Amino acid sequence: MQSPVIKNLQLELARYHVRLKIGAGFVLVLAVMLVMRLVYLQLVKHEHYQNLAESNRITLVPAVPNRGVIYDRNGKILADNFSGYTLEIAVAKAGDIEALLKQLSELIEITPKHLRQFKRLREESHEFETVPLKSKLTDEEVAILAANRYRLPGVEVKARLFRNYPAGEGLSHVIGYIGRINDRDFDNLRESGKAPNYKGGTHIGKVGLEQYYEDILHGRTGFEQMETDSAGRAVRILSQTPPVAGHDLILNLDLELQRVAEYVFGDYRGGLVAIDPNNGGVLAMVSKPGFDPNLFVDGIDPATWKELNESIDTPMVNRPLRGIYPPGSTIKPFMALAALELGLRKASDAIADPGYYSLPGSGHRYRDWKKGGHGIVDLHKSVVQSCDTYYYRLAVDMGVERMHDFLAGFGFGAKSGVDLQNESSGLLPSKEWKQKRFKQPWYMGETVIAGIGQGYHLATPMQLAAATATLANGGTFYRPRLVRAVRHSETRDERPIPPEVGWKVALHPEHVAKIREAMVDVLKPGGTAVVAGMGAPYAIAGKTGTAQVVGIRQGAKYDEKRVVERHRDHALFVAFAPAEAPRIAVAVMVENGGHGGSTAAPMARAVFDYYLLGKKPEGVPIMEEYESAGD
Amino acid sequence: MNQPAIKRLMASAVRHLDGILLALLITLLAVSVAVVFSASGESGARLAGHLTNIAVAMAVLVVVANIPPHILAKLGPPLYALGLVLLVAVALFGEIRNGSRRWLPLGFTSIQPSELMKIALPLMLAWYFQRHEAALRLKHFGMAALMIAVPLLLILRQPDLGTSLLIGASGFYILFFAGLSWRIIAGLGLGGALLLPVAWNLLHDYQRERVMTLFDPMSDPLGAGYHIIQSTIAIGSGGAFGKGWLSGTQNQLDFVPERTTDFIFAVFSEEFGLLGVLLLLLLYLAIVARGLKIAEQAPSMFARLMAGAVSLNFFTYIFVNMGMVSGILPVVGVPLPLMSYGGTAMVTLMIGFGMLMSMATHRKLLKS
Repeated sequence: MQSPVIKNLQLELARYHVRLKIGAGFVLVLAVMLVMRLVYLQLVKHEHYQNLAESNRITLVPAVPNRGVIYDRNGKILADNFSGYTLEIAVAKAGDIEALLKQLSELIEITPKHLRQFKRLREESHEFETVPLKSKLTDEEVAILAANRYRLPGVEVKARLFRNYPAGEGLSHVIGYIGRINDRDFDNLRESGKAPNYKGGTHIGKVGLEQYYEDILHGRTGFEQMETDSAGRAVRILSQTPPVAGHDLILNLDLELQRVAEYVFGDYRGGLVAIDPNNGGVLAMVSKPGFDPNLFVDGIDPATWKELNESIDTPMVNRPLRGIYPPGSTIKPFMALAALELGLRKASDAIADPGYYSLPGSGHRYRDWKKGGHGIVDLHKSVVQSCDTYYYRLAVDMGVERMHDFLAGFGFGAKSGVDLQNESSGLLPSKEWKQKRFKQPWYMGETVIAGIGQGYHLATPMQLAAATATLANGGTFYRPRLVRAVRHSETRDERPIPPEVGWKVALHPEHVAKIREAMVDVLKPGGTAVVAGMGAPYAIAGKTGTAQVVGIRQGAKYDEKRVVERHRDHALFVAFAPAEAPRIAVAVMVENGGHGGSTAAPMARAVFDYYLLGKKPEGVPIMEEYESAGD
Repeated sequence: MNQPAIKRLMASAVRHLDGILLALLITLLAVSVAVVFSASGESGARLAGHLTNIAVAMAVLVVVANIPPHILAKLGPPLYALGLVLLVAVALFGEIRNGSRRWLPLGFTSIQPSELMKIALPLMLAWYFQRHEAALRLKHFGMAALMIAVPLLLILRQPDLGTSLLIGASGFYILFFAGLSWRIIAGLGLGGALLLPVAWNLLHDYQRERVMTLFDPMSDPLGAGYHIIQSTIAIGSGGAFGKGWLSGTQNQLDFVPERTTDFIFAVFSEEFGLLGVLLLLLLYLAIVARGLKIAEQAPSMFARLMAGAVSLNFFTYIFVNMGMVSGILPVVGVPLPLMSYGGTAMVTLMIGFGMLMSMATHRKLLKS
C-alpha cells in the first residue's frame, strides 16, 4: 500500500504528463496553422507576390530625347537646345511655400516676375509635379542651392535642356515656340496615343513650326529600367533603351533675306511673304510686330502675357497667315488675265475712262481713284496705271461666279496649305457664299467693287504671295513650304521634302506674257511703282494696291494721332523677279502704310536686291554669328 | 587561480549543460548570424553586435544552468517584487518612446522592466505552487491569478498590449501545468470571448488600427498596412526554395521594415523559401520538444511548472512573431526568438534555456 501522499503525487504526475501532451498538441496545431499560411503565401500565391516584388523594385525611368534643331537654308541655327539647370519646387514636399520662397530669395535672386510665373505654373500643375521657379541658373546659384539643400525641403535643382531661339522676335511667327505641356496638350496626346512618348517630357511645340513638325522634332523617348529601393533611390540600371533625338528641320527660309525684309519693314505693322515660284519654298516670312519666343519656353509671366495679348498692335497675330485684308488693286493682274483667258477682252480693247463707272440704268457713280480718269485705257495701261474704271466694267462683264472660279485657281479663298497651323482661308465671295452667309442675293454693285479687290474679298499675305508665284510660273500652284528637308538625327541623311503641286491652271502663255509685260511697266516711268523700279538691273513685274481701312474699333484708350494713323489705307504690293525667269515672288502688306507704290514696293525691291544680287540696303544690322551651345 | 582550478571549473560548468538542447540552440544561432548579416545589408557592425549578444547570452546560459533549481525557485519572490517596483517606477517616471511609457531611464542606460517580468512572473508562480504543493486549492489559483493580473495591468497601461498578452500567457501556462481545472479554463475562454467587445472599446486607436489592418492591409498601404504588405510580399516572393542568401530583393532594397529585428522572418522566408521555413520550424519544434522532454522528467513541481512554461512560452513567441510577419496576427512588436537582432530578448530567452538545462542536469546529479 502506498501512502496517500505518494499516491496523490503520482496522480498529480500523471495529470501533469497529460497536460504536457496537451501542450505539445497545442504547439503542433499552431505550427500546422503557420505552415498552412506559409504554403499559401509561398506556393499558392507565389506568382502574385513575385510580381509584386518585381514591380516594387523595378521602375521605368523615361529618358527625354533631344529636340531637333531648326536651320535656315544656309545652315544658320534658328532654334536649338542648350543644357542648364532649373530650380524647381516639389510643392507636396515643401510644406510652407511662402516661407520657402522667402528663404530662397535670401539665397539667390528671385524676381517678382519669377514669383508670378511660379504662381501661374503652380495653378496649372498637378499636386505631385515639381514646379519651376527659376531657370537657367548660374553655376554660382547651383552651388549655393546645393550647399543649402538640407534646409530647403522640396527644392530640386534639375538639369534640363532649354530651347533657344537666336533669331528672336523676327521669326517668332514662323518658328513659334515650345511650352510646358498643359492639360489640353496632355489630353490631345492621350487621345492620339502619343502620350507614352512624352513620359518625362515637359515641353511640346505650341505654335509655328515647333507645333507643325512636333512629331519630327520631338524624337522618341527612351527608357531606363532601374532597380530602386524603398525610398525610390536608383540602385542600378537593369536595361536601357536610349532615346532617339528628334530630327532637324532645314528650311527654305533664308535668315539673311529675312533680316533684310525685317529691316526694310521698319516699324510698320504688316506682313511680307517671299516665295520661290519654282517650288513654293517660303524664302522669307515677316510678321510685324512680333514677340520674343524665348519668353514662352518656361512659361511666360502673366503681366508680359497680358501686355502682349492686349496690345493694340496685336503682336501675337501671325499676319501673313491670319491677317486678312482686301487685296485691293493687287487683284487687277489676275482680273486682266481672266479677261484674256475667258475671251472677254483682247489686249488691244480699250475704253474711254471718264473717271467713273455707272451700272446701266443707275445714276450711281463708282469712282476711279484718279479724278477725271485715265483717258483711253487698254489692258496694258489698266494694269500700269491701275485704272479702276476698266475693272469695274470688266467685273460686270465677267460676273461674280466666273470671277470666283478663276481667282480660286490662284488659291484665293482657300488655305494655301503652308506647313503651319491655324492658317486663315481668307474670303473669296460668290453668290452661293452670300446666300449662305447673309441669306441675301448677290447685288450687281458688289460685283463692280469686287473687280478692284474691294468688298467682301479678303486675302492673307500668304495667299497673295502664293497667287503671285502661280502667276509668275505660268499657272502651277505650289503649296508654300517653309521646310525644305528633314535631317535624320542618326543617319544625318537629309531627306528633301519634295515640292507639292496643289494644281495647275491651264493658261495661255501669250496671255501670261501680256500681263507680265504690263506688270513690268508698273515699275517703269508712268507706272504706279516707278520709285521701286528705278535702277534695277533686272526686270521686276509688280502690282501696287491700296486697301481702304473700313471701320476701326473705337477704343477710347488710344490718342488722336494714333487713331488718325490707323485710319490710313493699307499699302499692298505683289511682285516677282526677274520677270522673264522668276526666282522669287513677294507679297507685301503694310497696315496703314498709305500707298503701295511708295511704301510697300520699295520693301519688295530691297528683298529682290538681296536675293538676286546679294545687295543689302545700308543699315541692316550685321548679324552676330550665333554659336550653338551644342546639345 | 591556477590552471587546474580553471579546468575543474570549466568541467563542472560544462556538466550542467544539456548536450541536445545546446546543439539545437547553437545550430539556430548559427542560422541567425547568417540571416542578420543579410538583413543588415551585410553590415559588419551589426554582425559584430549580434555575435556579442550571442556571446553574452551564452555566458548567461552557462551561469544559469549551473544554479540548482531550488535556488532558482528562491529567486522568484525577490525578482517578482523587483519587477513590480520597476513597473510602478515606469508608470511614474518612465520615458515615453513612440507614444508609450515602457522604458525606465537609469542614467547610463534604459531598461524595459516588462522584459524582467517575462522571467520573474513564471518563476514567482512556480515557486508559489511548489510551496503549496501538498494541498493545492482553488484559493491558491486565485492568488496566482492576482499575481498575474497586477503586472499584466501595469504593462497594459504603458500601453504594451503585445507584451502584456505574452506575460499573461506565460502565467497561464504555469496555472495550466499546475492543474487548473478544465471547467475554469473553459470559463475563462468563454468569459474572454464575451469580454472581447468590451476590450475592443478599451483599446487605443493605434491598437485597433493594427488589428484592422490585419484584416485589410490595403486600407492603409503607406501607413499601418505597409509593414504587413511588404513582409507578405517578401515571404510570398520567396517561393518554394527562396531567392538565395543575400539575394532577397525585398530585403536588400529596404522594402521590408524592421528587417533585422521584428520582421527578420520575412527576410529569412524570402531568401530561403518554404523549404527553409519548414526546416527552421522543425528546428524550433525540436527545441520545444526537448524542453517538454526535460519538463516530463523534471524532479520537482517547481521544475515541472517552469520547464513546461518556458517551453510553451518559447513557442508562443515564435508563433506570434511568424503569425504577425505572415499576416495572420496583428503587429505587436515581438522579435523572433534567437533569430532577431537584439540583446535583451536573447538574454531573457537564454535565462529560460539555462533554467531548463539546470533542471535537466541537476536531476541527474540528484539521482546519482
